[in-house]
Amino acid sequence: MAVTSIGARVARKEDHRFITGKGQYVDDINRPGQAHAVFVRSPHAAATIKRIDISAARKMPGVVGVLTGEDLAADKIGGLICGWMIHSKDGSPMKAGAHPALAQGKVRYVGDHVAVVIAETLLQAKDAAEAVVVDYAVEKPVVDVASALAKGAPAVHAEAPDNRVFSWHLGDKAATDAAFARAKHVTSLDIVNNRLIPNAMEPRAAVGDYDSGNDAFTLYTTSQNPHVARLVLSAFIGVAPEHKLRVIAPDVGGGFGSKIFIYAEETVCVWAAKKVGRPVKWTSDRTEAFLSDAHGRDHVTKAELAMDENGRILALRASTKANLGAYLSTFASSVPTYLYAPLLSGQYDIPAIYAEVDGVYTHTAPVDAYRGAGRPEATFVVERLVEVAARQLGQDPAKFRARNYIRNFPHQTPVIMAYDAGDYHASLKKALELADYKGFARRKRESARRGKLRGIGFSSYIEACGIAPSAAVGSLGAGVGLWESAEVRVNPIGTVEVLTGSHSHGQGHETTFAQLVSDRLGIPIENVSIVHGDTDKVQMGMGTYGSRSGAVGMSAIAKALDKVIAKGRKVAAHVLEAAEGDIEFKDGKFTVAGTDRSAGFGDIALQAYIAHKFNGQELEPGLKEGAFYDPTNFTFPAGVHICELEVDPQTGDVRIEKWTAVDDFGVIINPLIVEGQVHGGIAQGVGQALHEGAVYDPVTGQLVTASYMDYRMPRAEDLPSFVVDTTVTPCPSNPLGIKGCGEAGAIAAPAAVVNALTDAVGHEDVPMPATPQALWRACQKAPRLMAAE
Amino acid sequence: MTTVSLTVNGQSVTKDIDPRTLLVQLLREHLRLTGTHVGCDTSQCGACVVHVNGVSVKSCTMLAAQCEGAFVTTIEGIAEGGRLHPMQEAFREHHGLQCGYCTPGMIMSAIDIVNRKGTALDEATVRHELEGNICRCTGYHNIVKAVIAGAEAMGGGMRQAAE
Repeated sequence: MAVTSIGARVARKEDHRFITGKGQYVDDINRPGQAHAVFVRSPHAAATIKRIDISAARKMPGVVGVLTGEDLAADKIGGLICGWMIHSKDGSPMKAGAHPALAQGKVRYVGDHVAVVIAETLLQAKDAAEAVVVDYAVEKPVVDVASALAKGAPAVHAEAPDNRVFSWHLGDKAATDAAFARAKHVTSLDIVNNRLIPNAMEPRAAVGDYDSGNDAFTLYTTSQNPHVARLVLSAFIGVAPEHKLRVIAPDVGGGFGSKIFIYAEETVCVWAAKKVGRPVKWTSDRTEAFLSDAHGRDHVTKAELAMDENGRILALRASTKANLGAYLSTFASSVPTYLYAPLLSGQYDIPAIYAEVDGVYTHTAPVDAYRGAGRPEATFVVERLVEVAARQLGQDPAKFRARNYIRNFPHQTPVIMAYDAGDYHASLKKALELADYKGFARRKRESARRGKLRGIGFSSYIEACGIAPSAAVGSLGAGVGLWESAEVRVNPIGTVEVLTGSHSHGQGHETTFAQLVSDRLGIPIENVSIVHGDTDKVQMGMGTYGSRSGAVGMSAIAKALDKVIAKGRKVAAHVLEAAEGDIEFKDGKFTVAGTDRSAGFGDIALQAYIAHKFNGQELEPGLKEGAFYDPTNFTFPAGVHICELEVDPQTGDVRIEKWTAVDDFGVIINPLIVEGQVHGGIAQGVGQALHEGAVYDPVTGQLVTASYMDYRMPRAEDLPSFVVDTTVTPCPSNPLGIKGCGEAGAIAAPAAVVNALTDAVGHEDVPMPATPQALWRACQKAPRLMAAE
Repeated sequence: MTTVSLTVNGQSVTKDIDPRTLLVQLLREHLRLTGTHVGCDTSQCGACVVHVNGVSVKSCTMLAAQCEGAFVTTIEGIAEGGRLHPMQEAFREHHGLQCGYCTPGMIMSAIDIVNRKGTALDEATVRHELEGNICRCTGYHNIVKAVIAGAEAMGGGMRQAAE
């Protein structure tokens, strides 16, 4: 039998259905009598709706219904919500405008939802959508934070007249200013963190179904957290109470954050199913995805680092304007605040930090969590500052980092976080060796002989994952707890079903979670199935994001497994006629200590169900246990990524020559899967640095990058094979020692690439995305004079 | 309506369709072969790649009516007699997929690359040839490994068949 225990490179159990075309994604699901929905979307970034005329559309062939915001309001369907309250510096709550699922009076970005047309076929619905006449009074849009904050700018929502949703801060301003006042050297940078569009390969989709016999709804949806969707659709939007609403997220084709949120289209499909008396299906096309999926990043930051005469960091100061788009998406307010500023200490011992963040409304798609969510933005600020500081001081960037690393754990930063474990020097040392840092100067000379500019860039990132202790996030404004649940059902023949509130949309939970169960219960991995993504099967859960499924989701499973084993020992004591205290469980066997009397796990499971060998009044029959696990702390994965690349100054073309990643994820269940997560994260980070950027026309507010012709996704040829390795300091804050790995690459990579590019071209003026055009321009600019000024 | 007759995964099929029906719609909606996916509107992503008369085609770019008399193979049709195709096996073994959405198109493209470029593929060739297939999950690292290994296995398989 192949090794399937914790730490083994087990090929994925779920792959068979995907490689044979038998996956079951939402668009593969069709309900009897199903009709198709097409959304009428605003072609304008800002406009008042004077009139919507649906009379012609209603008469088109095959049309089942045409619904608008008025119908939603008449049914008392509430608006979409933002589930994280941020308070401004002055203590006032954030100023949020309403977010109706179908527009009521105003449209606020290109792609905003105006009406839905439902017809027998998709083509009929498309034709009828063309016949909906909307009379708009077009207004002037603001699409970037500078224009939105300018005097006299039009207000996106009346509730926030100057477009500031909040003016938030974190840290000790006085202590930070004092440190800057006595600093011997200050490094300052103006940083733009470019806006990204997530682009999971499966577009969003929904099928709403209403069973009038039972007055119950079912929503099939592309969700990373079906229970959260059900909670929001029930408790806030008011579609149906939770016991009358089943949410199913079957196979989901990637999320990267964009499928956390509760969007207009999914809401409308489930509501409309009752309204029109037919199942209603909507599948996003790619252009709709570009227009209406929540975008990511989009920060403008002024950042400064203060150092003493020896290059010891004294303080960090950052002032950030975060573009939140036209409406507050589900977790939008938390991303540039509590998921960002608490990470500004990076891996460094920084005595004083102060950050202020303005959240700003613009006439663009809502911005929310995208792989890393706030932590890539923080890492980019810290790692650009550190790199530039080292260059300005004439110090080696690796040594400068090492000199300032945190050495002792636990470490309390000045910005909330208490890092529990890590060894940053170990990761750096290993990365420098794997990258052959010593040989870089030679390789740079060799490139120069060929007329190429070679550069090397570091990124010593940290992230806060395993989100999160419920009471802690509650005190910071979260509207939910961030525990996870698990239920372990042992069948009478000893096979096991595990129901988890985590959701797998590419992460391979059906394998890693089964490895844990197989390891703990000593049963073959084939005898374990993992059930997720259906609110009728799994009672409750918080879903998958923030690299939490290992640290939190698996900890819940481990807790439930402990209870199963404890119950099994009670049963075994009766079966083996021994005291419970004498029963040991190891390698799938219950044994009476010091004897050869034992019973296999399957035998005890059967005995638990037939209940012949014990008194069913004293010990309950059956073998099924559940657990909720609430984490005690965030987890702190960290590592060093090194990017080495070559720029062609004639064309601005860039080639990544080598990528070295050394990450500390704590205990690893399945290295094959973890490495895959790192690879994918790096590719997304490289995409941000070199290729991807959402562009809105500043005059019209049109999204210029709304297809794969205009928004450049990383392709196979843009990337090298990666050198990926790990160091391990087990996480002391959860029972499995797991830190999480899902976002590391996307967090680390942008700074590593830009540090390498700026090293190559010899100055700091390189924007993201560093397209060939941008790099060619950068190559025309003279390199900086010698480092030490 | 128009009538189209073709062979899909070895089975003869005749369907009355709207003339604007795309091949991918015929496969997904009329034949319920949902392994072929749609990931974009512009023939960029490659999630819909199938083989038409042995050559890879983006099925979102071809009208079903153009397939009159054609032999179409989809992801559902490459395993033979319950045995996975070597390229399917290689994707599983090398963790060449995560969410699985781009995977059918990737595998169909990979088989086509081998058909055109042979069974001894180097990394640069594979990366170049995958230009028309986008994956958001894997960073391509393990896809490239899988394609090289799958190509080798296809070579071994063919040699055996010739013996």
